[in-house]
Amino acid sequence: MKTRALLVAAALVAFTGSAALAESIQHGNLTIKDAWTRATPPKAKGGGAFVTITNNGNEDARLTGAVSNYAKRTEIHEMAVNDGVMKMRKLDEGVVIPAGETLELKPGSYHVMFMGLNQPFKMGEELNVTLEFEKAGPVDVTFPVMKMGAKSGKMHH
Amino acid sequence: MNVAKTIRYGAWAAVAVLVAAVSAVTVMKFVQEDVPQAATVQIGGPFELVDGKGQVFTDKNLNGKPTLMFFGFTYCPDVCPTTLSDMQGWIENLGPKADDLNFVFVSVDPERDTPDVIADYVAAFDTRVVPLTGSVDQVKKVVKDYRVYARKVPLDDGDYTMDHTAAVYMLNGDLDFVGTISYQEPEETALPKIRKLLGS
Ligand SMILES: [Cu+2]
Repeated sequence: MKTRALLVAAALVAFTGSAALAESIQHGNLTIKDAWTRATPPKAKGGGAFVTITNNGNEDARLTGAVSNYAKRTEIHEMAVNDGVMKMRKLDEGVVIPAGETLELKPGSYHVMFMGLNQPFKMGEELNVTLEFEKAGPVDVTFPVMKMGAKSGKMHH
Repeated sequence: MNVAKTIRYGAWAAVAVLVAAVSAVTVMKFVQEDVPQAATVQIGGPFELVDGKGQVFTDKNLNGKPTLMFFGFTYCPDVCPTTLSDMQGWIENLGPKADDLNFVFVSVDPERDTPDVIADYVAAFDTRVVPLTGSVDQVKKVVKDYRVYARKVPLDDGDYTMDHTAAVYMLNGDLDFVGTISYQEPEETALPKIRKLLGS
Protein backbone atom coordinates (compact mmCIF):
# COMPACT_ATOMS: atom_id res chain seq x y z
CA MET A 1 0.00 0.00 0.00
CA LYS A 2 2.75 2.33 0.99
CA THR A 3 4.57 1.71 -2.28
CA ARG A 4 1.43 2.36 -4.20
CA ALA A 5 0.78 5.66 -2.44
CA LEU A 6 4.33 6.64 -3.17
CA LEU A 7 3.93 5.75 -6.81
CA VAL A 8 0.76 7.82 -7.03
CA ALA A 9 2.54 10.71 -5.36
CA ALA A 10 5.45 10.37 -7.76
CA ALA A 11 3.09 10.26 -10.72
CA LEU A 12 1.31 13.37 -9.45
CA VAL A 13 4.58 15.20 -9.06
CA ALA A 14 5.63 14.16 -12.52
CA PHE A 15 2.30 15.23 -13.91
CA THR A 16 2.16 18.65 -12.28
CA GLY A 17 5.77 19.08 -13.28
CA SER A 18 4.92 18.71 -16.92
CA ALA A 19 1.59 20.51 -16.58
CA ALA A 20 3.21 23.63 -15.21
CA LEU A 21 5.61 23.41 -18.16
CA ALA A 22 7.86 25.78 -16.33
CA GLU A 23 10.81 25.09 -18.54
CA SER A 24 12.97 27.93 -17.37
CA ILE A 25 15.54 29.36 -19.78
CA GLN A 26 18.64 31.31 -18.81
CA HIS A 27 19.51 33.84 -21.47
CA GLY A 28 22.31 36.14 -20.40
CA ASN A 29 20.99 37.88 -17.30
CA LEU A 30 17.43 36.97 -18.14
CA THR A 31 15.33 34.11 -16.81
CA ILE A 32 12.46 33.22 -19.12
CA LYS A 33 9.71 30.93 -17.87
CA ASP A 34 6.03 30.02 -17.80
CA ALA A 35 5.54 30.50 -21.53
CA TRP A 36 2.09 29.53 -22.80
CA THR A 37 -0.53 30.33 -25.35
CA ARG A 38 -4.08 29.19 -25.93
CA ALA A 39 -5.85 27.25 -28.64
CA THR A 40 -7.59 29.46 -31.17
CA PRO A 41 -11.04 28.93 -32.68
CA PRO A 42 -11.18 27.91 -36.35
CA LYS A 43 -10.84 30.90 -38.70
CA ALA A 44 -9.64 33.13 -35.86
CA LYS A 45 -6.90 35.35 -37.20
CA GLY A 46 -5.43 36.63 -33.96
CA GLY A 47 -3.72 34.97 -31.04
CA GLY A 48 -1.79 36.02 -27.96
CA ALA A 49 1.08 34.32 -26.14
CA PHE A 50 2.36 34.92 -22.64
CA VAL A 51 5.63 34.52 -20.75
CA THR A 52 7.41 35.72 -17.62
CA ILE A 53 10.84 37.35 -17.92
CA THR A 54 13.06 38.22 -14.98
CA ASN A 55 16.00 40.56 -15.39
CA ASN A 56 18.70 39.44 -12.96
CA GLY A 57 21.21 41.99 -14.25
CA ASN A 58 22.19 45.46 -13.08
CA GLU A 59 21.10 47.10 -16.29
CA ASP A 60 17.65 47.50 -17.80
CA ALA A 61 16.81 45.02 -20.53
CA ARG A 62 14.39 45.45 -23.39
CA LEU A 63 12.19 42.94 -25.16
CA THR A 64 12.20 44.41 -28.65
CA GLY A 65 10.28 41.92 -30.71
CA ALA A 66 9.22 38.38 -31.50
CA VAL A 67 9.54 36.24 -34.60
CA SER A 68 7.57 33.17 -35.63
CA ASN A 69 6.25 31.61 -38.79
CA TYR A 70 2.73 31.02 -37.47
CA ALA A 71 1.31 34.31 -38.63
CA LYS A 72 1.70 37.15 -41.05
CA ARG A 73 3.14 39.22 -38.22
CA THR A 74 4.39 38.47 -34.74
CA GLU A 75 4.61 41.51 -32.51
CA ILE A 76 4.85 42.73 -28.95
CA HIS A 77 1.56 44.28 -27.88
CA GLU A 78 0.04 45.89 -24.89
CA MET A 79 -3.62 45.73 -24.08
CA ALA A 80 -5.60 47.28 -21.31
CA VAL A 81 -9.21 47.65 -20.27
CA ASN A 82 -9.90 51.18 -19.08
CA ASP A 83 -13.39 52.44 -18.24
CA GLY A 84 -14.74 49.25 -19.72
CA VAL A 85 -13.04 49.71 -23.10
CA MET A 86 -10.43 47.25 -24.38
CA LYS A 87 -7.55 48.80 -26.26
CA MET A 88 -4.63 47.02 -27.85
CA ARG A 89 -1.51 48.62 -29.27
CA LYS A 90 1.69 47.44 -30.90
CA LEU A 91 4.73 48.48 -28.89
CA ASP A 92 7.18 49.78 -31.47
CA GLU A 93 9.82 50.36 -28.83
CA GLY A 94 9.23 47.02 -27.13
CA VAL A 95 9.00 46.68 -23.34
CA VAL A 96 11.65 47.56 -20.79
CA ILE A 97 12.41 45.07 -18.04
CA PRO A 98 14.08 47.16 -15.33
CA ALA A 99 17.17 45.73 -13.60
CA GLY A 100 16.18 43.25 -10.92
CA GLU A 101 12.52 43.20 -11.96
CA THR A 102 10.15 40.73 -13.53
CA LEU A 103 7.97 41.44 -16.53
CA GLU A 104 4.89 39.32 -16.93
CA LEU A 105 3.30 39.04 -20.35
CA LYS A 106 -0.18 37.94 -19.35
CA PRO A 107 -3.86 38.11 -20.34
CA GLY A 108 -5.19 41.65 -20.07
CA SER A 109 -1.71 43.11 -20.38
CA TYR A 110 1.45 42.71 -22.46
CA HIS A 111 1.47 39.81 -24.91
CA VAL A 112 3.17 38.38 -27.95
CA MET A 113 0.59 39.00 -30.65
CA PHE A 114 0.10 36.86 -33.73
CA MET A 115 -1.69 38.85 -36.43
CA GLY A 116 -3.06 36.90 -39.36
CA LEU A 117 -2.66 33.31 -38.17
CA ASN A 118 -1.76 30.79 -40.86
CA GLN A 119 -3.69 28.08 -39.06
CA PRO A 120 -5.34 27.63 -35.66
CA PHE A 121 -3.30 26.71 -32.60
CA LYS A 122 -4.45 23.36 -31.24
CA MET A 123 -4.42 22.36 -27.61
CA GLY A 124 -1.44 20.17 -26.77
CA GLU A 125 0.77 21.57 -29.52
CA GLU A 126 3.84 23.66 -28.84
CA LEU A 127 4.85 26.84 -30.58
CA ASN A 128 8.43 27.88 -31.16
CA VAL A 129 8.81 31.61 -30.99
CA THR A 130 12.01 33.66 -31.01
CA LEU A 131 12.01 36.49 -28.52
CA GLU A 132 14.40 39.32 -29.32
CA PHE A 133 16.15 41.36 -26.68
CA GLU A 134 18.09 44.57 -27.18
CA LYS A 135 21.37 43.46 -25.60
CA ALA A 136 20.92 39.76 -24.91
CA GLY A 137 19.88 39.05 -28.50
CA PRO A 138 17.43 36.41 -29.71
CA VAL A 139 16.34 33.30 -27.84
CA ASP A 140 13.99 30.48 -28.84
CA VAL A 141 11.14 29.84 -26.45
CA THR A 142 8.62 26.99 -26.47
CA PHE A 143 5.00 27.98 -25.84
CA PRO A 144 2.69 25.06 -24.98
CA VAL A 145 -0.86 25.53 -26.27
CA MET A 146 -3.48 25.44 -23.50
CA LYS A 147 -7.21 25.10 -24.03
CA MET A 148 -9.26 27.74 -25.77
CA GLY A 149 -10.05 30.67 -23.51
CA ALA A 150 -7.59 29.47 -20.84
CA LYS A 151 -6.69 32.14 -18.33
CA SER A 152 -3.27 30.84 -17.36
CA GLY A 153 -0.68 28.34 -18.44
CA LYS A 154 -1.42 26.14 -15.46
CA MET A 155 -3.85 23.30 -15.85
CA HIS A 156 -6.65 23.04 -13.32
CA HIS A 157 -7.42 19.71 -11.72
CA MET B 1 -6.99 71.32 -31.79
CA ASN B 2 -5.37 68.67 -33.95
CA VAL B 3 -7.16 65.67 -35.39
CA ALA B 4 -5.65 63.09 -33.05
CA LYS B 5 -6.66 65.20 -30.10
CA THR B 6 -10.16 65.64 -31.43
CA ILE B 7 -10.50 61.89 -31.89
CA ARG B 8 -9.15 61.27 -28.42
CA TYR B 9 -11.54 63.75 -26.86
CA GLY B 10 -14.35 62.20 -28.88
CA ALA B 11 -13.38 58.78 -27.59
CA TRP B 12 -13.32 59.91 -24.00
CA ALA B 13 -16.60 61.68 -24.46
CA ALA B 14 -18.12 58.43 -25.71
CA VAL B 15 -16.73 56.58 -22.71
CA ALA B 16 -18.03 59.28 -20.40
CA VAL B 17 -21.49 59.01 -21.95
CA LEU B 18 -21.51 55.24 -21.44
CA VAL B 19 -20.26 55.51 -17.88
CA ALA B 20 -22.78 58.23 -17.12
CA ALA B 21 -25.55 56.22 -18.75
CA VAL B 22 -24.65 53.09 -16.83
CA SER B 23 -24.57 54.95 -13.53
CA ALA B 24 -27.80 56.73 -14.37
CA VAL B 25 -29.51 53.43 -15.03
CA THR B 26 -28.09 51.94 -11.85
CA VAL B 27 -29.21 54.93 -9.81
CA MET B 28 -32.70 54.90 -11.29
CA LYS B 29 -33.04 51.18 -10.62
CA PHE B 30 -31.87 51.70 -7.07
CA VAL B 31 -34.11 54.64 -6.33
CA GLN B 32 -37.16 53.23 -8.05
CA GLU B 33 -36.79 49.57 -7.24
CA ASP B 34 -40.56 49.11 -7.04
CA VAL B 35 -41.32 50.93 -10.28
CA PRO B 36 -39.86 48.51 -12.80
CA GLN B 37 -41.00 50.37 -15.91
CA ALA B 38 -39.46 53.66 -14.77
CA ALA B 39 -38.08 55.59 -17.71
CA THR B 40 -34.33 55.18 -17.96
CA VAL B 41 -31.59 56.32 -20.28
CA GLN B 42 -32.18 54.71 -23.62
CA ILE B 43 -29.61 52.00 -24.25
CA GLY B 44 -30.51 49.20 -26.57
CA GLY B 45 -33.65 48.78 -28.61
CA PRO B 46 -34.60 46.98 -31.80
CA PHE B 47 -31.87 45.83 -34.15
CA GLU B 48 -31.38 43.99 -37.39
CA LEU B 49 -28.27 41.90 -37.89
CA VAL B 50 -27.19 38.69 -39.62
CA ASP B 51 -26.56 35.36 -37.88
CA GLY B 52 -23.86 32.76 -38.53
CA LYS B 53 -25.88 31.23 -41.35
CA GLY B 54 -26.19 34.57 -43.09
CA GLN B 55 -29.89 34.86 -42.13
CA VAL B 56 -31.50 38.05 -40.88
CA PHE B 57 -31.61 38.11 -37.08
CA THR B 58 -33.54 40.81 -35.25
CA ASP B 59 -34.49 41.57 -31.65
CA LYS B 60 -37.68 39.56 -32.33
CA ASN B 61 -35.52 36.44 -32.56
CA LEU B 62 -34.63 36.91 -28.88
CA ASN B 63 -38.19 35.75 -28.14
CA GLY B 64 -38.72 38.08 -25.20
CA LYS B 65 -36.13 36.31 -23.06
CA PRO B 66 -33.44 38.20 -21.15
CA THR B 67 -30.17 38.44 -23.02
CA LEU B 68 -26.44 38.54 -22.30
CA MET B 69 -24.81 40.40 -25.16
CA PHE B 70 -21.11 40.83 -25.84
CA PHE B 71 -19.49 42.98 -28.51
CA GLY B 72 -16.18 41.77 -29.88
CA PHE B 73 -14.24 40.65 -32.96
CA THR B 74 -12.43 37.51 -34.03
CA TYR B 75 -8.96 39.08 -34.36
CA CYS B 76 -9.17 39.76 -30.63
CA PRO B 77 -6.40 37.90 -28.78
CA ASP B 78 -7.72 38.07 -25.28
CA VAL B 79 -10.92 39.73 -24.08
CA CYS B 80 -13.11 38.00 -26.66
CA PRO B 81 -11.91 34.41 -26.18
CA THR B 82 -11.86 34.72 -22.39
CA THR B 83 -15.33 36.28 -22.31
CA LEU B 84 -16.70 33.54 -24.56
CA SER B 85 -15.06 31.01 -22.29
CA ASP B 86 -16.71 32.75 -19.29
CA MET B 87 -20.07 32.63 -21.06
CA GLN B 88 -19.57 28.95 -21.66
CA GLY B 89 -18.91 28.53 -17.92
CA TRP B 90 -22.08 30.45 -17.02
CA ILE B 91 -24.14 28.31 -19.38
CA GLU B 92 -22.74 25.18 -17.78
CA ASN B 93 -23.39 26.53 -14.31
CA LEU B 94 -26.96 27.54 -15.05
CA GLY B 95 -27.81 24.11 -16.43
CA PRO B 96 -31.31 23.92 -17.95
CA LYS B 97 -31.98 27.50 -16.77
CA ALA B 98 -29.58 28.69 -19.47
CA ASP B 99 -32.36 27.97 -21.98
CA ASP B 100 -34.32 30.89 -20.53
CA LEU B 101 -31.59 33.30 -21.61
CA ASN B 102 -30.10 34.40 -24.90
CA PHE B 103 -26.32 34.51 -25.20
CA VAL B 104 -25.20 36.71 -28.05
CA PHE B 105 -21.82 37.68 -29.51
CA VAL B 106 -22.03 40.69 -31.81
CA SER B 107 -19.08 41.50 -34.05
CA VAL B 108 -17.94 45.12 -34.11
CA ASP B 109 -15.73 44.20 -37.09
CA PRO B 110 -18.23 43.13 -39.79
CA GLU B 111 -15.70 43.67 -42.59
CA ARG B 112 -13.53 40.77 -41.42
CA ASP B 113 -16.13 38.86 -39.41
CA THR B 114 -18.31 37.42 -42.13
CA PRO B 115 -21.12 35.08 -40.99
CA ASP B 116 -19.08 31.90 -41.50
CA VAL B 117 -16.04 33.35 -39.71
CA ILE B 118 -17.97 34.47 -36.64
CA ALA B 119 -20.07 31.28 -36.65
CA ASP B 120 -17.00 29.04 -36.45
CA TYR B 121 -15.33 31.27 -33.89
CA VAL B 122 -18.25 31.31 -31.48
CA ALA B 123 -19.20 27.66 -31.98
CA ALA B 124 -15.70 26.68 -30.85
CA PHE B 125 -16.74 27.85 -27.37
CA ASP B 126 -20.45 27.04 -27.16
CA THR B 127 -23.07 26.55 -29.83
CA ARG B 128 -25.66 28.13 -27.52
CA VAL B 129 -24.01 31.50 -28.05
CA VAL B 130 -25.56 33.20 -31.07
CA PRO B 131 -22.97 34.71 -33.43
CA LEU B 132 -24.12 37.97 -35.02
CA THR B 133 -22.60 40.27 -37.59
CA GLY B 134 -24.09 42.31 -40.41
CA SER B 135 -23.43 45.03 -42.92
CA VAL B 136 -21.21 47.89 -41.79
CA ASP B 137 -24.29 50.08 -41.43
CA GLN B 138 -26.29 47.48 -39.50
CA VAL B 139 -23.47 47.02 -37.02
CA LYS B 140 -22.88 50.77 -36.80
CA LYS B 141 -26.50 51.28 -35.80
CA VAL B 142 -26.41 48.66 -33.05
CA VAL B 143 -23.12 50.05 -31.76
CA LYS B 144 -24.71 53.49 -31.57
CA ASP B 145 -28.05 52.40 -30.08
CA TYR B 146 -26.37 50.22 -27.49
CA ARG B 147 -23.83 52.93 -26.60
CA VAL B 148 -21.01 50.55 -27.40
CA TYR B 149 -17.55 51.99 -27.81
CA ALA B 150 -15.99 50.56 -30.99
CA ARG B 151 -13.22 52.14 -32.99
CA LYS B 152 -10.93 50.91 -35.74
CA VAL B 153 -7.25 51.51 -34.97
CA PRO B 154 -4.81 51.11 -37.88
CA LEU B 155 -1.75 48.91 -37.51
CA ASP B 156 1.03 48.47 -40.08
CA ASP B 157 0.35 47.08 -43.56
CA GLY B 158 -3.24 48.26 -43.67
CA ASP B 159 -4.21 45.91 -40.84
CA TYR B 160 -6.20 47.19 -37.93
CA THR B 161 -7.39 46.31 -34.48
CA MET B 162 -10.61 47.34 -32.73
CA ASP B 163 -10.88 49.21 -29.46
CA HIS B 164 -14.17 48.08 -28.02
CA THR B 165 -16.37 47.88 -24.96
CA ALA B 166 -15.26 44.83 -23.00
CA ALA B 167 -18.28 44.34 -20.76
CA VAL B 168 -21.17 41.92 -21.25
CA TYR B 169 -24.51 43.71 -21.47
CA MET B 170 -27.48 42.43 -19.52
CA LEU B 171 -30.83 43.12 -21.19
CA ASN B 172 -34.19 42.13 -19.79
CA GLY B 173 -36.93 40.50 -21.87
CA ASP B 174 -38.09 43.94 -23.05
CA LEU B 175 -34.57 44.69 -24.29
CA ASP B 176 -34.04 47.26 -21.53
CA PHE B 177 -30.45 47.61 -20.47
CA VAL B 178 -30.17 46.58 -16.81
CA GLY B 179 -26.41 46.51 -16.28
CA THR B 180 -23.15 44.89 -17.27
CA ILE B 181 -20.81 42.11 -16.25
CA SER B 182 -17.31 43.48 -16.50
CA TYR B 183 -14.25 41.91 -18.08
CA GLN B 184 -12.69 39.29 -15.78
CA GLU B 185 -15.57 39.62 -13.30
CA PRO B 186 -15.44 36.50 -11.10
CA GLU B 187 -18.24 33.95 -11.34
CA GLU B 188 -19.12 34.63 -7.69
CA THR B 189 -20.56 38.02 -8.65
CA ALA B 190 -21.43 37.35 -12.30
CA LEU B 191 -23.68 34.35 -11.63
CA PRO B 192 -25.90 36.09 -9.03
CA LYS B 193 -26.34 38.97 -11.48
CA ILE B 194 -27.40 36.52 -14.19
CA ARG B 195 -29.79 34.71 -11.83
CA LYS B 196 -31.33 38.05 -10.90
CA LEU B 197 -31.70 38.88 -14.59
CA LEU B 198 -33.45 35.53 -15.09
CA GLY B 199 -35.86 36.39 -12.31
CA SER B 200 -36.67 39.81 -13.74
CU1 LIG C 1 -2.44 42.15 -29.41
